Amino acid sequence: MSGPVADEPILSVRNLYGRIAGQQVVEDVSFDVPATGVTALLGRNGVGKTSTIKSILGLIDRTGEVRLAGERIDRAPTHRIVQRGVAYVPEDREVFGSLTVAENLRLAERDRSPRRELVASLFPDLEARREQRAGTLSGGQQQMVSLARALVNENRLLLVDEPTKGLAPRIVDEVADALAEAARTAPILLVEQNLLVVRRLAERVVVLSSGRVVFTGPAEELLDDHDRVQRFLGVHDEREAA
Amino acid sequence: MDTLVLLLITGLGLGALYFLVASGLSLIYGLMGVLNFAHGAFLTIAAFLGWEAGRRISDGTWTGLAISALVGILVGATVAVLTEVLIIRRLYERHIEQALVTVGISLAAVALFEGIWGTDPIYTDRPAWLTQTTEILGARIPNDRFLLIACAALVLGGIVLFLRRTRYGLIIRAGVENRHMVTALGIDVRRSFTLVFAIGGAAAGLGGVLASVYYGYVSAHLGSVLLIFAFIVTVIGGLGSLTGAAIASVLVAVLQQFANFYLGGTGDLVVVVLLAAVLLIRPRGLMGKAA
Ligand SMILES: Nc1ncnc2c1ncn2[C@@H]1O[C@H](COP(=O)(O)OP(=O)(O)OP(=O)(O)O)[C@@H](O)[C@H]1O
Ligand SMILES: [Mg+2]
Repeated sequence: MSGPVADEPILSVRNLYGRIAGQQVVEDVSFDVPATGVTALLGRNGVGKTSTIKSILGLIDRTGEVRLAGERIDRAPTHRIVQRGVAYVPEDREVFGSLTVAENLRLAERDRSPRRELVASLFPDLEARREQRAGTLSGGQQQMVSLARALVNENRLLLVDEPTKGLAPRIVDEVADALAEAARTAPILLVEQNLLVVRRLAERVVVLSSGRVVFTGPAEELLDDHDRVQRFLGVHDEREAA
Repeated sequence: MDTLVLLLITGLGLGALYFLVASGLSLIYGLMGVLNFAHGAFLTIAAFLGWEAGRRISDGTWTGLAISALVGILVGATVAVLTEVLIIRRLYERHIEQALVTVGISLAAVALFEGIWGTDPIYTDRPAWLTQTTEILGARIPNDRFLLIACAALVLGGIVLFLRRTRYGLIIRAGVENRHMVTALGIDVRRSFTLVFAIGGAAAGLGGVLASVYYGYVSAHLGSVLLIFAFIVTVIGGLGSLTGAAIASVLVAVLQQFANFYLGGTGDLVVVVLLAAVLLIRPRGLMGKAA
């Protein structure tokens, strides 16, 4: 396999528009995700972060140009995009509650040799609960299942939507650890409200405001600028946001 | 006592027919959100073609019936798959259009069947044993009830095993819960749509042949009547739940039998009252997922 050119972004999004039930929820969004590290997608509640990710995956109607390592994926159906190595960890986890943990993971295995040991070492908790129905797990454990479903395959890109939402601080750290580990194997586009997690994981940020990109650049440049943090994200600084 | 036993076993036999239709309806709705009004037509065409094949080879014998069943299953599955591939698939996610087009198919199918086989029921020959009775606790039970119950139990067991033990079964169970997340794991869920239609069509096809055994005739309207009760069963059991469909099939059919006998032939009315009660008190049905 010939790898991408060193500086070529793994994902490039140009003039992306997304619609849900006829309503425009993503408007002319353009940005790149570099081939390594974590890129955070930020913005106030309801600004269209989740919709942007769903548009990239074709989970909602979209137009525009999306390239994965240079190849167009904006007309492909969702399952084909995922088969090309794009893993998705949705907001609110979306584990299959009536299926066991083991079945959730088995369903997600796309590769001939799934990385079961990696998943087991990242989430030892899940090993003990393989036969438990995912619907009866705690929120944190469900998030582990959702992450494990993504990490069990080799991916070229991870799309991770608010993985720490509603979790206790200790679990937030665990999730962040797992993401840091995952980022060593594949680039991540991460939606995250917790700015401490963003600061820890992300090198770059993309900020959306009313459906459009209003800032792209190094994470520190944004996070150190309290004025812009407040203007773009509606929080005063990361100590309060955490 | 003997009346109770007779009503109970007859109810179970009728429930078996309902289940053979309702299992497919429930799976199809659960996975795809499609209310398949064409399901009765799958049953009727399978009953006719199964009967045509069986009587030509060996009328009124077990061999003939086995051939009818086999042909019925194949015809039911084939017609269902064609319906999915040629029509339903093109209306992906457009649930109202899908429901309307299946209503159209069911109406057109009845007209077509009447054109070919006439408007009157055609009485069929059955193996002698099926027309005899067996005494259980003093009740003389028509033997065809046992065949129906056994077949439905086999189908239920088979579908459950398939859902629990195979990868496609896993995909279907997950898809019933959250179709979009299944695609987001890189799985082409549309392939399991076709498969679910095949399974549902096969069960309905077998149901068609067994219905002709139970009623003693084939007719262009065989499927329409069973479809109504199968839909009621599916709603009471909880749309999308196979277990719910199985339980509700037995419940509805037994209740129907008892009301017909003890409440002056009000079986259908009682079933509709039960349906209304379930819709008011527990709209998601006995085993349906919460809305
Ligand atoms: N199913 C839907 N039907 C109609 N509008 C929707 C639907 N889902 C989202 N929207 C609208 O789309 C816009 C963007 O929503 P989206 O979920 O993408 O925002 P978000 O940035 O992810 O928000 P949050 O930070 O709360 O997760 C919102 O105005 C929302 O109301
Ligand atoms: Mg969101």
